[in-house]
Amino acid sequence: MTSSPFMARPTTVSMVMLKVLGALLPGIALYAWFYGAGMLVQIALASISALAAEAAMLKARGQPIGFFLKDGSALVTAWLLALSMPPLGAWWMIVVATLFAIVIAKQLYGGLGNNPFNPAMVGFAVMIVAFPAQMAQWGSAGAHLSAGDQLAYIFTRALPPGVDAIASATPLDHLKTQLTLGASVGDTLAEPVYGHLAGAGGEWIALAYLAGALFLWRKRLIPWQTPLAMLAGVAALALPLWLVDPAHFANPLFHVFAGATMLGAAFIVTDPVTGPTTPRGRLIFGFSVGVLVYVIRVFGGFPDSVAFAVLIMNIAVPFIDQATRPPAFGAKKGGRA
Amino acid sequence: MRVLHAFHGGVHPPENKAQSTGTPIATAPIPPRLFVPMSQSLGNAALPCVKTGDEVLKGQKIGEADGRLSAAVHAPTSGKIVDIAPHAYAHPSGLAELCVVIEPDGLDAWGERKPLADWQALPAADVRAFLADMGVVGLGGAVFPTHLKLSAPSLDTLVINGAECEPFISCDDMLMRERAADVVAGITIVATLMRPKEILIGIEDNKPEAIAAMREACKGNHFEVVTVPTIYPSGGAKQLIRRLTGKEVPHGTRSTDMGVQCFNVATVYTVERAIEHGEPVTSRIVTLTGDVERPHNVEALIGTPMNFLIDYAGRRTGVSEVLMGGPMMGFALPDEDAGVTKASNCLIARSPALLPDRPPAMPCIRCGDCASACPAELQPMDLYWFAKAKNFGKAQEWKLFDCIECGACSYVCPSQIPLVDYYRFAKGEIWGAERDKKAADRARARHEFRQYRVERDKEEKAQRLAERAAAKDLAAPSSQSTLPADDAKAAAIRAAMERAANATSANVAAPTLSDDAKKAAIEAAMARAAARKAEKQAGETQRSANVTQPAAPAGMDDAKKAAIQAALERAAARKAEKQAADTQEQGSANRVKPAGPATMDDAKKAAIQVAMERAAARKAVREAQDAGQKDKNRR
Repeated sequence: MTSSPFMARPTTVSMVMLKVLGALLPGIALYAWFYGAGMLVQIALASISALAAEAAMLKARGQPIGFFLKDGSALVTAWLLALSMPPLGAWWMIVVATLFAIVIAKQLYGGLGNNPFNPAMVGFAVMIVAFPAQMAQWGSAGAHLSAGDQLAYIFTRALPPGVDAIASATPLDHLKTQLTLGASVGDTLAEPVYGHLAGAGGEWIALAYLAGALFLWRKRLIPWQTPLAMLAGVAALALPLWLVDPAHFANPLFHVFAGATMLGAAFIVTDPVTGPTTPRGRLIFGFSVGVLVYVIRVFGGFPDSVAFAVLIMNIAVPFIDQATRPPAFGAKKGGRA
Repeated sequence: MRVLHAFHGGVHPPENKAQSTGTPIATAPIPPRLFVPMSQSLGNAALPCVKTGDEVLKGQKIGEADGRLSAAVHAPTSGKIVDIAPHAYAHPSGLAELCVVIEPDGLDAWGERKPLADWQALPAADVRAFLADMGVVGLGGAVFPTHLKLSAPSLDTLVINGAECEPFISCDDMLMRERAADVVAGITIVATLMRPKEILIGIEDNKPEAIAAMREACKGNHFEVVTVPTIYPSGGAKQLIRRLTGKEVPHGTRSTDMGVQCFNVATVYTVERAIEHGEPVTSRIVTLTGDVERPHNVEALIGTPMNFLIDYAGRRTGVSEVLMGGPMMGFALPDEDAGVTKASNCLIARSPALLPDRPPAMPCIRCGDCASACPAELQPMDLYWFAKAKNFGKAQEWKLFDCIECGACSYVCPSQIPLVDYYRFAKGEIWGAERDKKAADRARARHEFRQYRVERDKEEKAQRLAERAAAKDLAAPSSQSTLPADDAKAAAIRAAMERAANATSANVAAPTLSDDAKKAAIEAAMARAAARKAEKQAGETQRSANVTQPAAPAGMDDAKKAAIQAALERAAARKAEKQAADTQEQGSANRVKPAGPATMDDAKKAAIQVAMERAAARKAVREAQDAGQKDKNRR
């Protein structure tokens, strides 16, 4: 370094990514608690596939492998993807999803920092479009298999004797099905698959994600605008519709705590690479994602929709950034003084 | 309590100031040789007014100011001038600058010191001229001539900058602690000259002793010492003005236009030394810090070689380079032999252990930390992208030139990208392209003028021939009188005189348009060239006339005409040159507004603009003339 500044804050991308992984830990712990150790297997599978895919692609692209592998960004993608996928999904599903995320959505665009779409969400979207049936099978909370049985099921799809079905629809999926069958929201949410706010257990996991987001915000690693705007976007449609017709529309808290909303708000829309950089842009981006999440969830064809909402808004990010560039120092209209 | 205004962004790097504030300001020893650079102000380098072998006394003028942005340079101590030659200079470019080399006699004997005793009674212009003559320039680092900043017509707020926000630097802190009374006396002088409504002294809250000393010294007058939070770059003039007054000075405008003027504490100190004590700027306080045994502040003579000072402070092993200025905006000295200048506020002996090298850069992850830190409220990650892609148009659109290169973005970047380097690169490329474009424009203007001249001569010749033919027809019955020739001569003289009149009026009008000496000089050169050419043509015509007998009368006319034209053009050229000289003599100081550092460039720019407009006008005229055969491509 022969030119100024000769001082630099000793933060690195690796440290940023490590803190993001750390912030995911409480959510993962609760996830494993409610849904069993299968989730940990999925995370391990995703991590290994992601690192292998990243290394192979870096080698193919002639990039330094170790230098980029230790940035931790592949692990973040892997973990987020694993948390979005069914915890007892077959082993090849998470592997295919991860390969898609790393190889196509990230490395083919030029690797870290150059991908226009959130890699984890691309991996998830590909899987839910290509394998909707398998992706809809979630191990319901409380239907506990032992860790070994879960492991066996993930790799061999073999269930222990005496158990004939462990998979069930997600709470969001179930609600949607029930509503089409003419049931009311109130009756449906009274079923045991739901807890206080949303899916039983899911609300606690969501709170753990929220805690992780608060930690990242305190560490100045994520802005407050995007997550808050996303939750506001979800509530912006959920609240009036619920007020008008509570029998057909679930309450805003349900939507905020159900599915991947909180994971999305805390860890997906806050991805710096694929999100806007201006404060106003972050508000617009987050809010739009929130609105789309609700629209697709309630009126669209997919029970959960965070991935699609994020990917759709990823397209708009360059324009949002351009349109919301703040005026330079001294160039404010009307003056701030 | 005064209401402070936040400015956007900023960072808080480790301060590292305590190392050098433990001991009082020491006087640095006189080195065996002083290398006093003539370039000590934002404008032209001073012109040496001594010669090798001269004996000089401390404070004796050794360099005359050259132009209004320049300031005089003085002998820092008594001794003998041993050389006047280019020598290593404290600039990142590493280019040598003209230095007066003095071998001190060790006596440090002052010449006559003449304070400006009755400065309150003198016209402000005289005080300003005195300060220029005493070499008073901004000691904050920009070395902007102080006399220029003192001529604001009216002022709301006078801001005295004691913020000193860069890490490691403590020279202003120590100055305020130890010489607060002199600083305040300097402020009084500046305030008397500028008559501001309020006077605010901004000091960062990490200098409690300086704040206390200045508060004490300010007792009994209406100067207000304002404590500002320690956030880099609050010592930037625009940031400090924003902090203290809430006014934001946009890029390209001067704070004076908004009724605020800002002076560094060290500058007002030298104002006081000059006016009250008759001492020109021959030394300055320099912080010696970093990897040295005794980090402290010294009062060092201008021209003291920097390695001499670092050795004096006790250079440690492992020092890889010496930085001048702070770690955020300073630069590594290409040659440590360079002499201290009026801008040398701090020398940091750098070792990789103290200020480690930047780790290799990762790709930008668009985290936006740089945008949050940018005090100019730019989008550094976008500028980086544009600079990297050499998309300079977009970079300018994204306000690249609003960047003050404070380095806050580089400092916070988690990918460790040397962002500021990219902006410097982009700015350099844009400046280079502009230089090339200006050169091309000048060449084009010259070429077009030549074409115009050739065409005009052709037309005149045709006209002359036509007139002669007409006259011949008319005069056919009568004898072969000299009348046609006279007519032709008369026409030629008329045409030449018209041209000369045009040229003269252009020369007269141009300076009033642009106020620019350079423009007139170019005009003169062009006229001279035209004159030379005309003379040459005249000679040629004469020669050809001698050969081809039938064409003789016409040839003679041409020659005469050309000679007259040449003479007229020479006269015009002389006139233009004289005007150019006049303009230069007047220094345009009073006519041109005291613009910022850009004045010279502005004048040049204006001149080029005028020239271009003239070229365009010529082109339009020509186009109108041959409208018949106008081709679409030229539009």
